[in-house]
Amino acid sequence: MSKNKSEYLINRHDNQYEVVIGLEVHAQVTSESKLFSTSATKFGAEPNTQVSLVDAAFPGMLPVINEYCVKQAIKTGIGLKAKINKRSVFDRKNYFYADLPQGYQISQFKDPIVGEGKVILDMPDGQKEVGIERLHLEQDAGKSIHDLDPKNTFVDLNRSGVALMEIVSKPDLRSPDEVNAYIKKLRSIMRYLGTCDGNMQEGSLRADVNVSVRKKGSKDFGTRCEIKNVNSIKFMQMAIEYEANRQVDLIEDGQTIDQETRLFDTKKNETRSMRSKEDAHDYRYFPDPDLLPLEVSDDFIENLKSEIPELPDEKKKRFIEKFKLSPYEANILVSDIETSNYFENVIKKSDVKLATNWIIGELFAALNEKNLEITESPISAGNLSKLINLIKDGTISGKIAKTVFEQMMEGDKDPKKIVEEKGLKQESDPKALEALIVKVIDDNRDKATEYKSGKVKLFGFFVGQVMKVSGGKANPQLVNEILKKKL
Amino acid sequence: MSDITKQSLSELVENIKCKKLSSSEVTKAFVERSEKSKELNAYITEDYANALNKAKKFDEKPNLDLKLPGIPMAVKDLFCTRDLRTTAGSKILNNFVPTYESTVTQNIWNEGAILMGKLNCDEFAMGSSNETSFFGNVQNPIDKNLVPGGSSGGSSSAVAAQLTPITIGTDTGGSIRQPASFTGTVGLKPTYGSCSRYGIVAFASSLDQAGPMAQNVKDCTLLQEVISTYDEKDSTSIDFKRNEYSKELTKDIKGKKIGIPKEYRVDGMPKEIEDLWKKGIEYAKDCGAEIIDISLPHTNYALPAYYIVAPAEASSNLARYDGVKYGFRAEGENLIDMYEKTRSEGFGAEVQRRIMIGTYVLSSGYYDAYYLKAQKVRKLIKNDFDEAYKKVDAILTPSTPSSAFKIGEKTNDPVSMYLNDIFTVPVNLAGLPGISIPAGHDAKGYPLGLQIIGKAFDEQNILNIAYAMEEKINFKNNITDWWVK
Repeated sequence: MSKNKSEYLINRHDNQYEVVIGLEVHAQVTSESKLFSTSATKFGAEPNTQVSLVDAAFPGMLPVINEYCVKQAIKTGIGLKAKINKRSVFDRKNYFYADLPQGYQISQFKDPIVGEGKVILDMPDGQKEVGIERLHLEQDAGKSIHDLDPKNTFVDLNRSGVALMEIVSKPDLRSPDEVNAYIKKLRSIMRYLGTCDGNMQEGSLRADVNVSVRKKGSKDFGTRCEIKNVNSIKFMQMAIEYEANRQVDLIEDGQTIDQETRLFDTKKNETRSMRSKEDAHDYRYFPDPDLLPLEVSDDFIENLKSEIPELPDEKKKRFIEKFKLSPYEANILVSDIETSNYFENVIKKSDVKLATNWIIGELFAALNEKNLEITESPISAGNLSKLINLIKDGTISGKIAKTVFEQMMEGDKDPKKIVEEKGLKQESDPKALEALIVKVIDDNRDKATEYKSGKVKLFGFFVGQVMKVSGGKANPQLVNEILKKKL
Repeated sequence: MSDITKQSLSELVENIKCKKLSSSEVTKAFVERSEKSKELNAYITEDYANALNKAKKFDEKPNLDLKLPGIPMAVKDLFCTRDLRTTAGSKILNNFVPTYESTVTQNIWNEGAILMGKLNCDEFAMGSSNETSFFGNVQNPIDKNLVPGGSSGGSSSAVAAQLTPITIGTDTGGSIRQPASFTGTVGLKPTYGSCSRYGIVAFASSLDQAGPMAQNVKDCTLLQEVISTYDEKDSTSIDFKRNEYSKELTKDIKGKKIGIPKEYRVDGMPKEIEDLWKKGIEYAKDCGAEIIDISLPHTNYALPAYYIVAPAEASSNLARYDGVKYGFRAEGENLIDMYEKTRSEGFGAEVQRRIMIGTYVLSSGYYDAYYLKAQKVRKLIKNDFDEAYKKVDAILTPSTPSSAFKIGEKTNDPVSMYLNDIFTVPVNLAGLPGISIPAGHDAKGYPLGLQIIGKAFDEQNILNIAYAMEEKINFKNNITDWWVK
């Protein structure tokens, strides 16, 4: 157990409690069509326009597995460094609900397609490994809409049958921050792989959170509660914090914790009981007789392995080794595939160190301010690369570069053109500079005399004057050199 | 040409092909006979006007290369038919009109056949007497007091009564072979995976299989050739090389080894059945087959295993009939109330019984003791057959432990009803093909059938054996047209 200062503990009286968290993440498989039908999966379509006879469970309709979704699940498994099960079985999870047309969800119960794996988290005090228990494929249900009519519930089956990957972690997480890092890492890996877009607003990534608490140092797990369907990281963190404190209070009060399913109320910031263990559904799982066990060959898996791109952990290692980035810089740049692609495009033709600083510094700040993703950046990688080269070859100073950058943010303009049009080119002609400097010294004779008599601090004053007169365009290095000689 | 409806499918095809008969003439003859035969209650939905129209269209531009050129046909109401009500014999689908066609029926229409209507069956194919149908029981043309068997009772009755030259049924535990046996007709349950299940209202998915029902083996063979295709829309459909069964049909079965399983001599089996079986063995020998005694040691466990597996799957398959999307809906106070009322009013007693059994055996705490154990038994039964087929090419048994029973005789005794499937159920559990052919009569003059069970995908072999034995048996059905009005 780590003894570092970032350890997340809940203190009550003389007792310290540790929080134990496991996540069941439901990630929508990126796929044109559903898990067992050919219906489209586009988000935001008119209700019930992406529903086949299979999705609506018409009599005699049969599921046929979508091979692409199987590939996506296996790729994700490979990304999670997990065991791929060459034989997996689809089961029926039976329950009645208006938005579940078949009366059962096709899922994988005993034999999931992916077994144990792991995810590495970069926490402020070092790396942490989180175990993956399993990943299985299942169908999403439809959507019940209760608030459009006082008496009736409306059902939209567009989502019915969409492929989900349920990724179950081991109870290895210990704080809301780790949960945050875990979800982000998982999302990052899946986005690298192109297997899930990770869009939590559209519901492509949702999670059930299992929370329990135990006295620090205890080896036994406490009774856990499951918080259902929390759809943002922030809410997950809030729910965990509330739930852990609720459980600690119960224990401190001498009460026991009931194993139950709870809902997080985002408005009141509290969890409340949804159903107890006794009320838990008996899902009557059994192998779906409409589907044969899913068998994949070694070749099938090997082929998919060859399609796996460089993933964030490997990319980070390469960035550190090849480009001499700090772990901090590398982490930021690999956190999502678009950022790393952008970075790699910029440094194709420009200095790595400058590019790193400009992306992590100016660009991120500017994008943040405008609330833009890197993919929406007004400045293309090519043009940022040109800007960096203008600095590197001394055409413009770093300071001027910032002005140019600001203009580039208004629209993706070639920085060279901006420099030319606005006459921002750095003055590096020694003769021209000399003339400028001589004039500044002449205009400030008294100060020059003071300088010569030992007031060396005035050197800065002269530099400032020269820059001012040049409109900021004078090459600072040359100005320094010439000034020293002339004074 | 008179007596069109007395002709076999093969004769009708031949007569249409050589233009002695038109599709319209044939269709009209069967429609008229069907209309005069309402007393049998074989049809749930009639589509005569459309059938006659289609026949007319066929005659305008006849394609005589097809295998079923302009042949009219009624089918079991478990097959979804585009734009024609499909009820599965249930109130809950009373008003259901599919927008799609089952693969098996589509194959039939592709070969030129014409749909006349939908035939009665036990509700969701759950029954052995056609008495669980929401649309009333069906009479056996042999005798008005007799059940026609089930669940394909409308089909067997219609074929025996010559309301349709041929038909299709489905067989989950004997639902083709038992009614064939009860009506003196031929019924084949193909290997599981031979015929697509796409568009067939599901009862028990791992057991359901469509198959042909006919007046003779040759007709049955031709229809099997038409309906058996690989179908990507059914994940359990198997892509094996299918014979042109009718071309390769032969009576030469010399040297074929036929097994006689001792375990099928069940307690309390009527002497008539025992005698029939002995006669069957003699017929087989006469055809040149070699008779070998075999053992299928786990036969006794087949029926209990079946009545766990089939209801378990059914309880889940029938969950979709909830009043939400299509079919019958009873109004309720809320969702749960609506479910309860819809399903209580929409399903009959036998279906409800099986849903309850199935729900029970899958419940947590009972799953291992019932469902899992039943699956193990199923494996053992399959192994029994695998062992036996190392020694023999086919197996001969009676089709049923009795001749047709009286309407109402077993309705209050489900176990006695279930026992009727004792010889047919193991075949479904093992996924094998089995055919029932009429082989004689009991003392009351009711038909009795023999069952020939084959190796998986070896339909050709059992069709050949049936074809050869059929000639020796020379069975004649005693049908008097008592119901015709």
